[in-house]
Amino acid sequence: MAWQKVCRLDEIAPLGARVVALAGEKIAVFRTDGDDVFALRDACPHQGGPLSQGIVHGSGEHARVTCPLHGMNIALASGLALPPDEGCARRFPVRVEAGEVWLDPSAPAGT
Amino acid sequence: MRKQKLVLVGNGMAGVKTIEEVLKYAPDLYDITVFGAEPHGNYNRILLSPVLAGEMTLQDILLNDLDWYGANGITLHAGRKVIEIDRVRRVVRAEDGTEAAYDRLLLATGSTPFILPVPGRDLPGVVAYRDIADTEAMIDAAGRYRHAVVIGAGLLGLEAANGLIQRGMAVTVVHLGDWIMERQLDRAAAELLQASLEARGMKFRLGAQTAALRAGENGRVAVVELADGAEIAADLVVMSAGIRPNSALAESAKLHCERGIVVTDTLQTVTDPRIYAVGECANHRGVAYGLVAPLFEQARVCANHLAGFGIGRYAGSVTSTKLKVTGVDVFSAGDFSGGEGCDEIVLHDRAGGIYKKLVLKDDRLAGAVMIGDTADGSWYFQLVREGRNVSGMREHLMFGQGFAQSQLGDAGHQGNSQAAALPDSAEVCGCNGVCKGTIVKAIREKGLFTLDEVRQHTKASSSCGSCTGLVEQILASTLGGAYQAVDKSARPLCGCTEHGHAVVRKAIRELRLLSIDETMRALDWKTPNGCASCRPALNYYLISTWPHEVRDDPQSRFINERAHANIQKDGSFSVVPRMWGGLTTPAELRAIADAAEKYQVPTVKLTGGQRIDLVGVKKDDLPAIWADLGKAGMVSGHAYGKSLRTVKTCVGSEHCRFGTQRSMDLGVKLERMLFGMWSPHKVKLAVSGCPRNCAEAGIKDVGIVGVDSGFEIHIAGNGGIKTEVAQFLCKVASEEEVKEITGAFLQLYREEGFYLERTCHYVERVGLEHVRRQIVDAAGTRAALYARLLHALRDAPDPWAEQQAEPLARQYRTIRIEPQQEKGHGMAESVSA
Ligand code: SRM
Ligand SMILES: Cc1cc2nc3c(=O)[nH]c(=O)nc-3n(C[C@H](O)[C@H](O)[C@H](O)COP(=O)(O)OP(=O)(O)OC[C@H]3O[C@@H](n4cnc5c(N)ncnc54)[C@H](O)[C@@H]3O)c2cc1C
Ligand code: SF4
Ligand code: FES
Repeated sequence: MAWQKVCRLDEIAPLGARVVALAGEKIAVFRTDGDDVFALRDACPHQGGPLSQGIVHGSGEHARVTCPLHGMNIALASGLALPPDEGCARRFPVRVEAGEVWLDPSAPAGT
Repeated sequence: MRKQKLVLVGNGMAGVKTIEEVLKYAPDLYDITVFGAEPHGNYNRILLSPVLAGEMTLQDILLNDLDWYGANGITLHAGRKVIEIDRVRRVVRAEDGTEAAYDRLLLATGSTPFILPVPGRDLPGVVAYRDIADTEAMIDAAGRYRHAVVIGAGLLGLEAANGLIQRGMAVTVVHLGDWIMERQLDRAAAELLQASLEARGMKFRLGAQTAALRAGENGRVAVVELADGAEIAADLVVMSAGIRPNSALAESAKLHCERGIVVTDTLQTVTDPRIYAVGECANHRGVAYGLVAPLFEQARVCANHLAGFGIGRYAGSVTSTKLKVTGVDVFSAGDFSGGEGCDEIVLHDRAGGIYKKLVLKDDRLAGAVMIGDTADGSWYFQLVREGRNVSGMREHLMFGQGFAQSQLGDAGHQGNSQAAALPDSAEVCGCNGVCKGTIVKAIREKGLFTLDEVRQHTKASSSCGSCTGLVEQILASTLGGAYQAVDKSARPLCGCTEHGHAVVRKAIRELRLLSIDETMRALDWKTPNGCASCRPALNYYLISTWPHEVRDDPQSRFINERAHANIQKDGSFSVVPRMWGGLTTPAELRAIADAAEKYQVPTVKLTGGQRIDLVGVKKDDLPAIWADLGKAGMVSGHAYGKSLRTVKTCVGSEHCRFGTQRSMDLGVKLERMLFGMWSPHKVKLAVSGCPRNCAEAGIKDVGIVGVDSGFEIHIAGNGGIKTEVAQFLCKVASEEEVKEITGAFLQLYREEGFYLERTCHYVERVGLEHVRRQIVDAAGTRAALYARLLHALRDAPDPWAEQQAEPLARQYRTIRIEPQQEKGHGMAESVSA
């Protein structure tokens, strides 16, 4: 595990996202209106659209993002596309501590 | 909390639809128990006719198999008829003694076929046509006997007769009336239909009263005797002389009944508010409906009430009929008989087998009957339901949707009306690559009834929406009478709400709602913060209703409007600076060239809107490139927004030898006046200096054409998905009038348009007359609209300049972190947010 500090929570807009770049990989870090945070690889399972640029909606377990390119809905908690679409964006562990967002970009896929 | 108990009596179409809707709204509210007299799951009763005709199997028409009940935690008592409701103990009891207690009870017992009270009606071989058992009995008889008589030439009778002919029987239809289907057709239409059915071997006895049914030697029915003494051989008699609401159970429980169980607009019985009734057994405002579409509307309202929302009201339905006899097209809707105060438009091609009658009343379509060619049936039905003023297209109305709209504006139904004739392999949705066959299969197998359901299951029509009309037609042709097009103005915004755009706009204005949160609370949104469809719509409605008051919500805008640039397929963006009226200068071009080099822009392109596009800019570079362009005096071109896009101009009388007006100059003035205007959809203008129209004003939202004596103003054109020629609004003498009329029209559109409705669709919906009355005829209204627009646009900022400041600038910056080795809780502070 290698947790890394990303930014302050208030530097991500509620129902918004920021892009984190790490050695060529882009990770989207989302914030819901209930201040839950989620992190997914910033590439839609459909055609690689940048999920960080989508509209974030829903809350908690039901939070999701709508891909800006063709409108696929992706569940933030699981990275899975919602029916009728299929596909999965890789998740990364992320958490908030004392107002700071921490991300573990090294976590193996599937956790 | 203890779950409440909901019991449904009647496992048919209306009842189960209600349960499905309840599960959608409030999945955890009830323990649900269902009683059904038939030993099956829920099936699509209207498809019994294709089953009888051998075109489908029973398996094909199941809507909810037995597993569905289990999977949804529903207790199903199939094959158990309820015979008693104890309203004091709140328990129902079935014939075999099974009991179930209820907190809410839903009655959906359908109807019973009317059996003529003639001697011999109980003989073997005499059946009604209502359920699977009847259908199986008919199929069985067709395999063993020759002669059939169908009593009653209504929809059901004719479908039964057709099915039996398909199965090889000789069929005579005995009918009391003077012509067939007299409740749906006028005489001329009926005669044409009768001729085409006779051509298939069906025989008719009209004006004929059945006197008795007589048995043969084997004890089975053998002869039908008519009142005039005539006799017809019959080994099978199908009674289809009408249906009666099945209210026996309700009556025994002392619920008020009067040709059906009397219910209120929330589908509660007037006697006992714990008990609801939907479907053919219910009498709503004096009407017991006998078609699926209105029953499904009832089901939705009833479920809404059962789920505790209590906002829905059922106000009755206009119905339409389609006969499901393959190869014979019949359609009828609304009031087709005309009479006092009505006009009729009739097309009658006896030899060609085509008859169409449209009945007009007060400039509205009141009803339609069609035989032979029913392709436009669903369009006419929509016009009847919406009660729209059709005076503008009266002379084209008879020739159908395609023609009438090519003469007018588009209704947003870009499909041609040939859905039924398309092969299964035809691609319907070009965005998602969905073929007709896939859609039809999903409708049949998954039991889909609405456009939204088709979108969810197949993705068809879920992207650009240009195939929506075609998908609706496929629904209509696949479902027959069970399809009820939703009135466009009432269609809900999205799955998050029951409310349509008009209701939401009104609530925002009248309740003075000032934020998305507040609006969702006031209107009982079903989701905590909406979705990618409703949030942008609400944001627009709020900022356009309360300019300078409501705070814009960037998170409720599509990325293009949030980042003030168009997103590209690779995640980069495009930058299109405004070039007022398509004019530029060497200094601007130099600044653009410098920026393109400095930020390594891969593509520089001239757009179709007379300006320059820098394509492929990295998001991180956007604020800087804007700042550079800004230094040269350039501002955002809003090429990304539901907003003012371009004002195209031609050179005009400034230089052109034919020019009659200064079109460049007027174009620039209009573009400056409208800068920063958000709208339901994008808005494009053009100004041409003479009727040669080099600026293509004929396909713009507002197109101005200079003539010697002034300016012609055209509105609601569109050059996109479906080309629409702009309609002439008026002619004025001065530039000042052009500005006022343009501004007033666009403000009207801003105030009344539904989100994502281009001006052509808006004007098509409200009618050009409506616009003309407000903008041309009423000087006071026009001035007020114009003033409201100017107020809203006062001090409109350049968004590119605004985005330079924190916190807005933050979204453009990528947070870069370094890969790091340390284990344990983060040491890395290498953050640059
Ligand atoms: C850049 C441009 C094409 C070009 O290279 O010329 C363009 C590019 C796009 N158009 Fe367009 N349209 C462009 C002129 C047009 C025109 C011609 C015109 O404006 O004179 C039309 C037809 C005229 C009209 O709108 O009535 C046009 C009709 C559309 C439509 C269909 C609109 C409709 O109501 O039918 C869409 C889809 C939509 O808006 O929903 C669309 C959507 C798009 C989008 C924004 C698609 C999207 O959402 O990503 C394209 C962005 C491409 C990109 O990668 O950035 N574009 N588009 C043109 C920009 C003009 C400008 O200076 O702002
Ligand atoms: C052959 C045929 C073709 C049709 N074609 C069309 C068409 O093209 N378009 C169209 O719109 N409509 C059509 N209809 C009409 C349509 O099927 C009905 O309007 C619709 O099914 C009515 O729904 P419902 O739920 O009210 O009643 P039903 O679907 O009849 O359901 C009522 C159920 O309640 C059960 N029941 C009754 N009493 C009790 C009791 N005491 N206890 C337990 N269960 C009970 C019945 O057995 C039945 O299963 C057609 C009907 C038939 C028969
Ligand atoms: S026509 Fe418009 S939307 Fe289609 S590919 Fe070209 S630019 Fe994109
Ligand atoms: S890339 Fe995300 S929906 Fe197509």
